[in-house]
Amino acid sequence: MARPMQVSRYWRHFREKYRLIGGKCENDHVHFPKRSICPVCGSRNVEEIELSGKGKVISWTIVRNPPSGFEYYKPFPLALIELEEGPVVLAQLTDVDPEEIDFGMEVEVVTKKIREFEEDGIILYGYKFRPPVK
Amino acid sequence: MRKAVIIGAGMTPVGEHWKLGLRDLAVEALLNAMDDAGIDKVDSLYVGNMISGPFVEQENLGALIADWAGLGNIPAVKIEAACASGGAAVQEGVKAVLSGLEDVVAVVGVEKMTDAWPSDATRYLAYAADAEWELFHGASFVALNALVMRYYMKTYGYTEEDLALFAVNAHSNGAKNPYAMFKRPIKVETVLKSPYVADPLKLFDASPVCDGSAAVIITTPEKAKELGVSKEKWVEVAGMGRAIDTISLASREDLLTLKAAKVAAERAYRMAGVTAKDIDFFEVHDAFTVMAALSLEALGVAKKGEGAKLAREGQIAIDADYPIQTMGGLKARGHPVGATGVYQTVEAVLQLRGEAPSQVPDAEIGLTQNIGGTGSNITVNVFRRV
Ligand SMILES: [Zn+2]
Repeated sequence: MARPMQVSRYWRHFREKYRLIGGKCENDHVHFPKRSICPVCGSRNVEEIELSGKGKVISWTIVRNPPSGFEYYKPFPLALIELEEGPVVLAQLTDVDPEEIDFGMEVEVVTKKIREFEEDGIILYGYKFRPPVK
Repeated sequence: MRKAVIIGAGMTPVGEHWKLGLRDLAVEALLNAMDDAGIDKVDSLYVGNMISGPFVEQENLGALIADWAGLGNIPAVKIEAACASGGAAVQEGVKAVLSGLEDVVAVVGVEKMTDAWPSDATRYLAYAADAEWELFHGASFVALNALVMRYYMKTYGYTEEDLALFAVNAHSNGAKNPYAMFKRPIKVETVLKSPYVADPLKLFDASPVCDGSAAVIITTPEKAKELGVSKEKWVEVAGMGRAIDTISLASREDLLTLKAAKVAAERAYRMAGVTAKDIDFFEVHDAFTVMAALSLEALGVAKKGEGAKLAREGQIAIDADYPIQTMGGLKARGHPVGATGVYQTVEAVLQLRGEAPSQVPDAEIGLTQNIGGTGSNITVNVFRRV
């Protein structure tokens, strides 16, 4: 299989993927991941904002036939999560029984292993979401 | 302004072509289209293809196909717009003719998908998604569509059964199409009993991985006359539109509005001088059943949230008000991704010539809609009988 994920390519996004750094424009439009141009108003005056990582499940699925490279994890839940600051993020859910997932379920961000590459040994980490730990 | 007419159409059956490669399929479809028009040379070639690189390690498809089809030293390029590559290639061909730069243009759509392992095919298809923010998290294309499907059902109170009706309709029409991959009707139960691929999306909510190629020849009415092509073969490309939306699903303003289809359709309707009411049949992009429902809404055929209601009320059958997928759609004909938009075009041509196996009586105007990504890149074309 091809090696689609080189070190530098992954490193470029580690701030977003480890710390949920998004963007906020001068008109207070918040988005994730950060862009240089606000997708709502077109402003180029965008500053970084660290998102809280708290959100609600909008929709979810159980991935049973994943793309190659993710076979080890199957089946796994994947969800669209609306963060409390507004942006929607796509991520895997973790530490949850698939039967318990529901619309509006509260979740919080957690850093987890996303994928391993056998050939060159890179281990990818990033955000997943789980029910809040009380 | 010049007008563009299609004077030749050809295709290969869709299926698992173990004995044929990408070039064999493309050359066969192309020569079928040229023979249909009765011509042996063209000014240029546009190739609709999505992912030949990963699938068969072949790019530079313009040179490959023009060379092997014996077309000489003409200009030839590949057009890529994810699964909408075929529809986009047809539009590029039409643009070349309308501009006056080229008089006789060939467009071929081709995809060879069955040479890859299934999980690799799943990965390659997901290249149409956002690599860093979707595929990175293990999202398959099916999974992204499943997220939309669940949200659609929840928002409007539809069931898996409601959406299954789109698959049933597609198979019912595809059963009569000799070029379709699946030539048998199915029942709602068939869809409901098929295994989940990404819940609530089941195997029979999705179009198959397959191989195929389709081609058309485009020219002006004046040139068609000069070439001696019988007028009965002509089909006018009356309108076209194309638009994009956010590449990632999470960035979408509204998960349940195919904004790109809406914008593209408005342009195509305006150019053709028609409204949704004037269209006699619709070839929508039913790669997944929920996409058929959302497409009908975006094209102005159904109100927002009522796309699946049209299926429930029996309004999408050949003899109903809004026939869709008259030759099986992506679901039953098959969806060789980059070729699909050209298959849709060929099918529209057959309908408007009155040669379709499931003919819509007296069809005058037809529409094809081709979706790339999860609605991120969409083409809409309107065709009219001459
Ligand atoms: Zn803004």
